[in-house]
Amino acid sequence: MLMETKKLTKQFGGLTAVNDVDFTIEKGKINAIIGPNGAGKSTFFNLLSGTYTPSAGQVFYKGQDITKRPPDKIARLGVARTFQTTHLFEESTVLDNVIVGHRLRTSSNLWDAVFRTRRFKFEEKKCRDKAMEVLEFVELTHVMDEQAGSITQEEKKRVAFALALATDPEVVFLDEPTAGINPGETEGLASLMEKMVQRGITVCLIEHKMKMIMKLADKIMVLNYGEKIAEGTSEEIMNNQAVIEAYLGGGASA
Amino acid sequence: MDIFIQQVFNGLTIGSVYSLVALGLTLVYGILHIPNFAHGALYMLGAYITLTMMLLWGIHYWIAMAVSVLVVGLLGVLMDRLVFHPLRNAPPIHDKIAAIGILLFLEAFAQLIWGADYRTMETPYGQVVNLFGMTATTQRVLINIGAVVVMILLYLFLKKTYAGSTIIAMAQNREGASLVGINTSRVAMLTFMLSGGLAAVAASLSAPINLVFPGMGHLVILKAFVIIILGGMGSVPGAILGGYILGFTESLGATYISNDYKDIIAFLMLVIILSIKPKGLFSREGF
Amino acid sequence: MVSLLKNRGWIIGFIAAGVLFPFVLPNAYFLHILTLAFIWMIAVYGLNLLAGYTGYLSLAHAGFFAVGAYGLGLLTVKTGMNYWLALILACLITSAVGLVVGLVALRTREHFFAIYTLCVGYIIYLIIDKWDSLTGGVRGLIGIPEPSNIGPISFQTPISQYYLIFAFLLFTILVMYRIVHSLTGRTFIAIRNSEDLARTLGISTMKNKLMVFVLSAFFAGLAGALYASFIRFIGPDIGYITIIFDLLTYLLVGGIGTLAGPIVGTFLIVALSQSLQFLQDYRMLIFGPLLTLLIIFYPRGIAGAYHDWRLKRKSAQRTRPQKEQEYFETEESEKQVKEG
Ligand SMILES: Nc1ncnc2c1ncn2[C@@H]1O[C@H](COP(=O)(O)OP(=O)(O)OP(=O)(O)O)[C@@H](O)[C@H]1O
Ligand SMILES: [Mg+2]
Repeated sequence: MLMETKKLTKQFGGLTAVNDVDFTIEKGKINAIIGPNGAGKSTFFNLLSGTYTPSAGQVFYKGQDITKRPPDKIARLGVARTFQTTHLFEESTVLDNVIVGHRLRTSSNLWDAVFRTRRFKFEEKKCRDKAMEVLEFVELTHVMDEQAGSITQEEKKRVAFALALATDPEVVFLDEPTAGINPGETEGLASLMEKMVQRGITVCLIEHKMKMIMKLADKIMVLNYGEKIAEGTSEEIMNNQAVIEAYLGGGASA
Repeated sequence: MDIFIQQVFNGLTIGSVYSLVALGLTLVYGILHIPNFAHGALYMLGAYITLTMMLLWGIHYWIAMAVSVLVVGLLGVLMDRLVFHPLRNAPPIHDKIAAIGILLFLEAFAQLIWGADYRTMETPYGQVVNLFGMTATTQRVLINIGAVVVMILLYLFLKKTYAGSTIIAMAQNREGASLVGINTSRVAMLTFMLSGGLAAVAASLSAPINLVFPGMGHLVILKAFVIIILGGMGSVPGAILGGYILGFTESLGATYISNDYKDIIAFLMLVIILSIKPKGLFSREGF
Repeated sequence: MVSLLKNRGWIIGFIAAGVLFPFVLPNAYFLHILTLAFIWMIAVYGLNLLAGYTGYLSLAHAGFFAVGAYGLGLLTVKTGMNYWLALILACLITSAVGLVVGLVALRTREHFFAIYTLCVGYIIYLIIDKWDSLTGGVRGLIGIPEPSNIGPISFQTPISQYYLIFAFLLFTILVMYRIVHSLTGRTFIAIRNSEDLARTLGISTMKNKLMVFVLSAFFAGLAGALYASFIRFIGPDIGYITIIFDLLTYLLVGGIGTLAGPIVGTFLIVALSQSLQFLQDYRMLIFGPLLTLLIIFYPRGIAGAYHDWRLKRKSAQRTRPQKEQEYFETEESEKQVKEG
């Protein structure tokens, strides 16, 4: 168990987007979160990565309470994520986009930059090497020098993966990594996730593509109206009455 | 005590003007999320147009004001079509810069046409009246009444007409509004029209007790921004309330603290508010 | 990267042009205008680091410019302090003001930030204007000394002032260049790109933004202080909002978020204003719409448009055998990093 939430809750004004969710993320596995639109999946991610502060409940990382930590501190612990919409800096090259991902593992500051100290040179190289390494991992070296605005949607998703991997994470959260991508390319991204797990990185993803999730995930949690309605393996989820109703009946838990 | 009542009345008068200006600003912000820095220039033009009508053609004050409302309103629409509409998907920094560009242009334009001199506007309402034991010019009384009338009309428009309800719908939820078939660019134009009109009313009402000059909008617009941050960006009641609060504070501050520094009060208020609540007094949770 | 070498070429060309100008065109008036333009460039660079690279449009920078100018003016005139000490102090004072303002301002975002800084700028202006006993109010501050001698070098002639200010400009450019081409610079750009993303990449955004803000105020203050000792008279209007609009125009015309932008934009607009002398107060009739049209059609100004054009040409040329060249380019850039 790498991460754990206890009675995690988030309210926006009167709306409870995430309600009392207990969840554990298993180390070295592919954990998935599914649920209808507006179920609170992205919000749940935002709570885990520190982008939002929970209204109630707790988040633990390796047994440590990280509930109130800011996102940059959480990232430094080894938690990385992608967003539902990719924000790349379109006017820069792919490589330039990824280099900054390793910034958190460096300590050179303004002084080093202005005086070009040894630390500066060492760390610039370190970040560049890291960027090359992760771009190779996501199989993007061929577009490394293209402008990020000019690459395909699928390549952009891979860049987002690379950026997350450049932080040297132990766990990555992927928010709908295959949205807007054709089936063939989805396969490719799925095998990339498997490759991450083989490298010892824990994966947690949000997905709408059921077939893919059922094949890929070791463990699935289903959210509906902010509440956890089911948790288990693919088979367990597929045969779960509440889940079937939520997806077919469109609001069984309301 | 007399001084106090007099200052309360002054506060009401200044506050009326601030509220009207802030209303226009907050409407545009609510719909389009643009902090329209050029709004101050609309205010200034409103005063000049009324003044020109009166001086050049001897048109009556109220008619001149009506013409001014129309012209400035249309100018607002033009601004929307030419500048803000093309920029609707651009990063937020662009709107602001474009608005600043318009502001600079309109001010230079005013200076070209009317010169840089300070001018006064004479109205038929210069006589002094006695009210509840204090003295005031009729013009000042008219500012107060005029502002309240305009606010009531605005309220009725927003609540009772279809066009008004589209504005409210779009302010609450942009995507939702366009989903239910509201023509968002038409609403945007309408809002700019209202916003310009409100600026023209405010300027025409207050010009007789102030001076008319190309830079007359600067302080007013800055204060209007403070007001809508105070009252919640995009909130109509907030703009009215905020305007009066600032009016009172300034009026009392000028008497009891320092006349020289009364203009700083608004900005200090803002500094304090944003220090405590970085997203404004009435920010919604999340974004 | 090839572009880096090309950059070097541009920079050497710029330095040569700056050094040779007084010999090629020994005209006191032009020299004066160009010196002033250099001062504005320094301020625009400060603004660019914040607005262009970090994405925070500050409208308080005219105020910081004025703080630097009055800092130097008051220290030299009222306390008779040594010029250089006063210059350093003026910059530090401006940075300190920037720190205090930034601590609050940077907790706000986007519109709030712009409005907040606009108001801060106005407060600074009002204070200078109203605090008669200290600043001389509307009458201004006169008799600011020129830079005092450094050893045998004196700064009494316009030419020596020109070179002094040119040197400060080069210093500014060097610092900017090095910041932008470093991890620190990448960090700023990441913040501009998406603050939420930057934070989840482990970047402490507040710390970085504060650093930029203070640095940016520092350069505005430096420009202000140099202005005070160059013109030797200052009034409250150097802190008025029209100054920030001027700076913004320079930056946008040249190209916001580019290194060449501040030079190109300031130079062009200053030159244009000089040739449109007859327009004087009405120059905004042209610059206002220019600013608006630019932001609609060329949001990244001249330098940005040039950059895009080159990229387009490069990608049009891109064919198979180019792979080889790409390989060399990356090797070269790696070397660049090693050499620094
Ligand atoms: N910052 C916010 N402020 C207010 N409400 C929000 C905010 N973020 C999300 N919500 C609301 O919380 C609910 C859950 O949103 P969330 O984005 O977590 O859903 P989701 O499961 O990720 O949906 P999707 O599959 O469409 O991405 C929605 O009703 C949404 O409108
Ligand atoms: Mg989502």
